[in-house]
Amino acid sequence: MSNKDIEYTTVSEVAGPLMIVDGIKDVAYNEVVKIKTSFGEERTGTVLEAFMDKAIIQVFEGTKGLDTDKTSVRFIGETMKLGVSKDMLGRVFDGTGNPIDDAPPIIPEERRDINGNPINPYAREYPREFIQTGISTIDGLNTLVRGQKLPIFSGSGLPHNELAAQIARQAKVLGKEEKFAVVFCAMGITSEEANLFIKDFENTGALERTVMFLNLADDPTIERVILPRMALTCAEYLAFDLNMQVLVILTDLTNYAEALREIAAAREEVPGRRGYPGYMYTDLATIYERAGRIKGRKGSITQIPMLTMPDDDITHPIPDLTGYITEGQIVLDRSLHKKDIYPPIAVLPCLSRLMDRGIGKDRTREDHAGVSNQLYAAYAEGCDLRDLVAIVGEDALSERDRKFLIFADEFEKIFVTQSHHEDRSIVQTLTIGWELFSGLPVSELKKIDEKYIKEFLPKKEKAEKSN
Amino acid sequence: MSKESLEGKIVRISGPVIEADGMRGAKMYDVVRVGEENLIGEIIRLNEDNAIIQVYEDTNGLKPGEKVVTTGMPLSVELGPGILTNIYDGIQRPLPDIYKETGDFIKRGVEATALDRKKKWHFKPTAKAGDKVEGCDVIGWVKETSIITHKIMIPPNISGKLLKVEKEGSYTVTEDIAIVSTDKGDVKLQMMQRWPVRKPRPVAKKYDPSLPLITGQRVIDTFFPVAKGGTAAIPGGFGTGKTVMMHSLAKWSNAQVVVYVGCGERGNEMTDVLREFPELEDPKSGEPLMNRTVLIANTSNMPVAARDASVYTGITIAEYYRDMGYDVALMADSTSRLAEAMREISGRLEEMPGEEGYPAYLASRLAEFYERAGRVKLLGSKDKEGSVSVIGAVSPPGGDFSEPVAQNTLRIVKVFWALDADLADRRHFPSINWLKSYSLHLDAISSWWHKEIGDNWLNLRNKAMAILQKESELQEIVKLVGPDALPPRERAALESARMIREDFLQQSAFHEVDTYCPGKKQYEMLRLMLKYSDKILEAASKNVHIDDIIAMKSRESLARMSTVPNKEFEKRFFDVEKEFEKEINNLIKGGK
Repeated sequence: MSNKDIEYTTVSEVAGPLMIVDGIKDVAYNEVVKIKTSFGEERTGTVLEAFMDKAIIQVFEGTKGLDTDKTSVRFIGETMKLGVSKDMLGRVFDGTGNPIDDAPPIIPEERRDINGNPINPYAREYPREFIQTGISTIDGLNTLVRGQKLPIFSGSGLPHNELAAQIARQAKVLGKEEKFAVVFCAMGITSEEANLFIKDFENTGALERTVMFLNLADDPTIERVILPRMALTCAEYLAFDLNMQVLVILTDLTNYAEALREIAAAREEVPGRRGYPGYMYTDLATIYERAGRIKGRKGSITQIPMLTMPDDDITHPIPDLTGYITEGQIVLDRSLHKKDIYPPIAVLPCLSRLMDRGIGKDRTREDHAGVSNQLYAAYAEGCDLRDLVAIVGEDALSERDRKFLIFADEFEKIFVTQSHHEDRSIVQTLTIGWELFSGLPVSELKKIDEKYIKEFLPKKEKAEKSN
Repeated sequence: MSKESLEGKIVRISGPVIEADGMRGAKMYDVVRVGEENLIGEIIRLNEDNAIIQVYEDTNGLKPGEKVVTTGMPLSVELGPGILTNIYDGIQRPLPDIYKETGDFIKRGVEATALDRKKKWHFKPTAKAGDKVEGCDVIGWVKETSIITHKIMIPPNISGKLLKVEKEGSYTVTEDIAIVSTDKGDVKLQMMQRWPVRKPRPVAKKYDPSLPLITGQRVIDTFFPVAKGGTAAIPGGFGTGKTVMMHSLAKWSNAQVVVYVGCGERGNEMTDVLREFPELEDPKSGEPLMNRTVLIANTSNMPVAARDASVYTGITIAEYYRDMGYDVALMADSTSRLAEAMREISGRLEEMPGEEGYPAYLASRLAEFYERAGRVKLLGSKDKEGSVSVIGAVSPPGGDFSEPVAQNTLRIVKVFWALDADLADRRHFPSINWLKSYSLHLDAISSWWHKEIGDNWLNLRNKAMAILQKESELQEIVKLVGPDALPPRERAALESARMIREDFLQQSAFHEVDTYCPGKKQYEMLRLMLKYSDKILEAASKNVHIDDIIAMKSRESLARMSTVPNKEFEKRFFDVEKEFEKEINNLIKGGK
């Protein structure tokens, strides 16, 4: 008789999200467990630690109502799998991969281990295809490319969901018609937030090419640990088997990390920084590193994970570890938001690591790198001067410095600010950049090659007229 | 006895750590094969019958009761021709071979040998039967790549008389090519040898460093140089440019062989190196840079236990090429991931944690690793030298250097390049903070600069440093009173510091010319900038207004010196200097 058919009723301990079962044999590490409570409810779990005769199990739907008397446990002999199919597009799933819309269950073409396997670095294709998001601060200064993982670091109350929805709506690769899909994975967000995305996808007709995995704020916490892995397994299937360009939106990673911490605490593990487990870096990496492109395959996975920085603190372990794995970050800032600037992207701490190779001639425009560097340098200088002005007053500044001060204000006003539905092309973005430069002395434009200054800088008289 | 394999069975599995019974007689750090799929693991603790094993592959689906078989061998690497240009995982399995076997994704249980057993190499003997040989003596060579001649050596622990050396011809790495008669009997030698990764390869003597490792990066070579055989650390928060810096060093440093270990970092970064290095030219030989490079990749989503193995595999390969007499540079990006892997395993072993959960032996492990660097006198009957320089990136949480990995690293390394998030935010790259960084190799290597490049090097460097130091003091005052309130001389000092900062220290890794700046060009740039500094100070004291100085046309030419092509800089700099002298002297003469 195989282990699959044995029902163990030997639960010896239930604590937090964990359960210990005794007197068992032949249980594999990370194997899926089906649990039946004394009143007949079915739950799922996986083996966290396997011994000869006992196993520690994490229960996804929570341990409420489990007992050490009648609760029965069945080991199903395989690790967690997700049935994948192209019919998943347009559907909504819960934290254990079951459909929760009213449509019939899907018939999987294949069942895949949700933990996936690492992409061989030798098989990777370096991401360098420019994705135009229509947002100047991203396209112009922190360019997103296909196969990149670029998180949004936000804070509570900031419009990160609107921004992510806008990116999902506007993102395109120029000059190409390709199969595009969105995988949306919600971990512990409110139904209101989830509705914002669903409505947006509906309005733009994107819903039928979207797969949604939802675990809302009132759903079991521990499910959040497997949810992104399900979503990414589905994304891998769409991208690498069905040749689609997949954008994965993961929100909110902070809730994911909390769930991870809850399990670690229940296991009485030695905690790392701020109580998060020491292996959180590795664990997050197994999610983020599933983005990318593969040689010889058409599809790609681009990830936009979102997280709220507790107390807006970028050195908090969650944004910190994320930043070490992802290829840059987009940081939202409360003070910009207060000034009513949308999107409130704080340009200075933002970064896109894959930008350098995704821009330039034949990709965006030959002057892109120079413009971006110059905007950065001039804005940084302007921000420094603001601090100075706060102490010595504007009169103490030289003529040159005053120009930089004006530049910084103008930059926020016309470059950063745009409306929720404004889809700027990269050329428009660069043009705005050049308009801003016309307010600075030409000799200060040191980051840009002279030949581009000649070609693109608006002539003085013209700039004055338009003022 | 030791060769005889033992079989135990798994009693507990917890992530990458498993426990097995029936292991009495197994040795610490021996490699074992775990489970039906023969996963590779290493014994890290023994308690009577029971062994704790870290497994270098994914343990999902493993069951208690499955077998554990010892191999009687510690974790070793294969050393011989075929290492260069390859990319390995943490336990020296070639990723291209894994790719052939399991496709785009890495699956487990793959058997792959580090060196190709079928490939034939053209061996040329340089020793003959009857010669007396000892460890590390060269008996012949193979042209491994267009740049590197791979010397075939006697393994370090063997000495005696050569009974036979095969004649010139093509051999695989496992065919016998020589026989040595030793005290303990005859030993057959092949081109391939093995060496346990946790044991440093022996040397005759360690020398003090005296030659600089030229990297083509101005802030490093001129301000905070590292010596061949030295150790350096690059700590910095995320986004401060550690990896770009490491790539630049791997590309342009004048080491002959480069070992690049990507330890717990991004997959795309390794792909970047793989894609870019074959296209880049070595500045000296003009051959592809890949021909002197070997990559070891244990990306952040690959098994955590192999992270520590990846660094040891790297340094052992580095030592092997050093033993041939080469200058080798090893880049480890990042040592923090290695420390975190140690923490994770230690946590699973339920060891008493030290600071921030790291194991108490963190400091000694790091020290052990960095201590394998050095410029050394090699073993062997001939007087030869080689070096291994180690450059380790550190990724401190929150960019805070007071954390244990950064602190323990700083206690060991001699050169410290502190990356600064503020500088990175304003796109000042390399974002090395000149006030916090230091190099203890400065005096040792200054004689090289004086002899080879220019006899005023150390003076120029110290003078520039003093200007930067003064700037930071003046900035404090500026913050209070504004720049206009400063006297003219002080404003001139600020202007010279600004030029050094923006036009010398900053360097673009992505600009075709600026990415590599030869030593002589660095020297000349600095000399001209300091001349600028002296002259404008003189002008300022003769009442020339600072705005007139800033308006000089030659100031812009000075600022753009870094992008002057490396082949014609001498002539162009000469023109710049003349132009500047003319302009500034006019200003001084016509002083208002």
